[in-house]
Amino acid sequence: MVAATALTEIDAHPAAGAALDIEQVSHAFDIDGADLPVLSDVSISVEPGEFVALLGPSGCGKSTLLRLVAGLDKPKSGTLREDEARITRPHPSRVVVFQDPTLFPWRTVWDNVALGLEAQGILKSQRHRVDAALDLVGLSSFRNAYPHQLSGGMAQRVALARALVNDPKILILDEPLGKLDSLTRITMQAELVSLWQRKGFTTLLVTHDAEEALVLANRVIVFSDRPARVKADIRVDRPYPRHRGDPYLADLRRQILGLLGLDATW
Amino acid sequence: MSTYSLSDGLASGAPRLSRAPWLASWIRESGAGILASMAWIAFGLSCLWWEDVGDWSRTHSLGIAAFVIAAIALFGTVGADYLGSAGRALRQRAPWLVVLGVVLTLWEVATAKFAWLPLPFFPPPQSIIEVYTDDLPKLLDSVFASVKLQLGGYLIGATVGFLTGVSIGWSRAVGYWVHPVLRFIGPLPATAWLPIAFFTFPSSWSASTFLIALAAGFPVTVLTWSGVASVSNAYYDVARTLGAKPSFLVLKVAIPAALPHVFVGLFMGLGSSFAVLVVAEMIGVKAGLGWYLQWAQGWAAYANMYAALIVMSLLCSGAITLLFSIRDRLLVWQKGTVKW
Ligand SMILES: Nc1ncnc2c1ncn2[C@@H]1O[C@H](COP(=O)(O)OP(=O)(O)O)[C@@H](O)[C@H]1O
Ligand SMILES: [Mg+2]
Repeated sequence: MVAATALTEIDAHPAAGAALDIEQVSHAFDIDGADLPVLSDVSISVEPGEFVALLGPSGCGKSTLLRLVAGLDKPKSGTLREDEARITRPHPSRVVVFQDPTLFPWRTVWDNVALGLEAQGILKSQRHRVDAALDLVGLSSFRNAYPHQLSGGMAQRVALARALVNDPKILILDEPLGKLDSLTRITMQAELVSLWQRKGFTTLLVTHDAEEALVLANRVIVFSDRPARVKADIRVDRPYPRHRGDPYLADLRRQILGLLGLDATW
Repeated sequence: MSTYSLSDGLASGAPRLSRAPWLASWIRESGAGILASMAWIAFGLSCLWWEDVGDWSRTHSLGIAAFVIAAIALFGTVGADYLGSAGRALRQRAPWLVVLGVVLTLWEVATAKFAWLPLPFFPPPQSIIEVYTDDLPKLLDSVFASVKLQLGGYLIGATVGFLTGVSIGWSRAVGYWVHPVLRFIGPLPATAWLPIAFFTFPSSWSASTFLIALAAGFPVTVLTWSGVASVSNAYYDVARTLGAKPSFLVLKVAIPAALPHVFVGLFMGLGSSFAVLVVAEMIGVKAGLGWYLQWAQGWAAYANMYAALIVMSLLCSGAITLLFSIRDRLLVWQKGTVKW
């Protein structure tokens, strides 16, 4: 699925991961005058190049945390740092892949992937990076297609390519595989791991699937109900590629489901 | 293909055709063309058979032209296979040619030959042709004046409307000041300004340009604004995380996303500016097709009025067609099937 030439092209712009420090972050929304606390004193320290999965009940505040990391919103209190520098606004070194691919329907696949380089004003000299990113997700032959001509899985790959073309130091993934069928999902999980291993970016993945978290991440953080607090921080010391049937992972999965309030009969 | 209703009827009504399938398919393909040819021959004959009740100079030429069209319809449809896309186009339009021929024949007979319709008010086809040949310079001048006025006013109105719409949609401060003005002035029909505009502007031409721009500008403003305002925040979030500056967000996110709305506004503006154009020409500007209509009415030259109406309708529909093709080109991404 991955073209070797594409890799060397992208590797010409090496981007190692950045460290991410989330320090005592709390956040709340104002809904009809009422205060809705969403994050409560969340502290997470992520090493450069780590793959961290965030698990928690739906609506607990995971997406909110990701928006803070991306710099799209500011926390009510606490600080977020990327490599010691405070995060105050979005920056292409931290790119988000949302649950919806949100491709721009008026742009072709190629132009969608080129979006970041164009916005930063460096597209003219860096066009090859767009081609390389498209190769990487195996969609070179769809470069001139419009988003409405793609399947859900293909659209999500384009969104991934659009993020990767910027060589992010932190890749932020908000349930990016949530809507895919299970087969496409498993394929893309494998691709994600191999990309991460090769490029070394720090990854933050929100998922609602404990198994996905365990197959992909080397650290799983479990949140409480809203307002989200860190309930558990679990290391997953297993080599890649991981097997879904691994008894060690199955044990961890039982533990995590217990934390999420599901009975251990699973 | 488009002759299905006609030829299907023929085929099912005549069982012997099934024994000669080539004949059936030949009739299906060429039947409408042959009928069209017959209708136009009838029109030609109706021109030449009887004497005109009035004094018209183009009756003979019109009859000859009808026979030429009849011949084209006949040979064009029968020989369509050798004529490529022109032949296909002719076959497709053949049913319309039939209707047109029949209507023209009836019109000719009812006016020029037996005067069943009262005469100066219902001129025969040849008198309209006469206008096109004998009054051509004046008509062309009028067309040119109308196109110039309309084009200038519309382009100004559309541009200003688009820029205003984007600014209101984007900036709260601009919205605060412009929105009330828009609500107060916008819904007023632009023609209501006519009397004032002709006094206050230095020339009737600039007054009309202003009014046409006003008529076109209002719907373009409102729809551009609503288009920009309805752009999903998710697009802005994506662009911002990819390093987009505010100018990029406006030019490359808000405007393309709002474009389908903008075109709705452009269509509405085109329609209402046509109305202003004609009224302005009738009342103030001493040129253009509206003025030509007015002038013809003053002389009771009914044929000239019909001739001008036909030209006007062709121009308006041409403008709409042009706008459609621009839209289709800019919004390829919107269609289910992409053509290039
Ligand atoms: N922009 C917003 N305004 C008000 N409330 C919000 C906003 N975004 C999210 N919320 C609320 O914050 C809570 C957490 O949302 P979110 O972070 O999306 O949860 P999840 O963990 O499922 O990703 C939810 O109750 C949601 O209703
Ligand atoms: Mg979410």
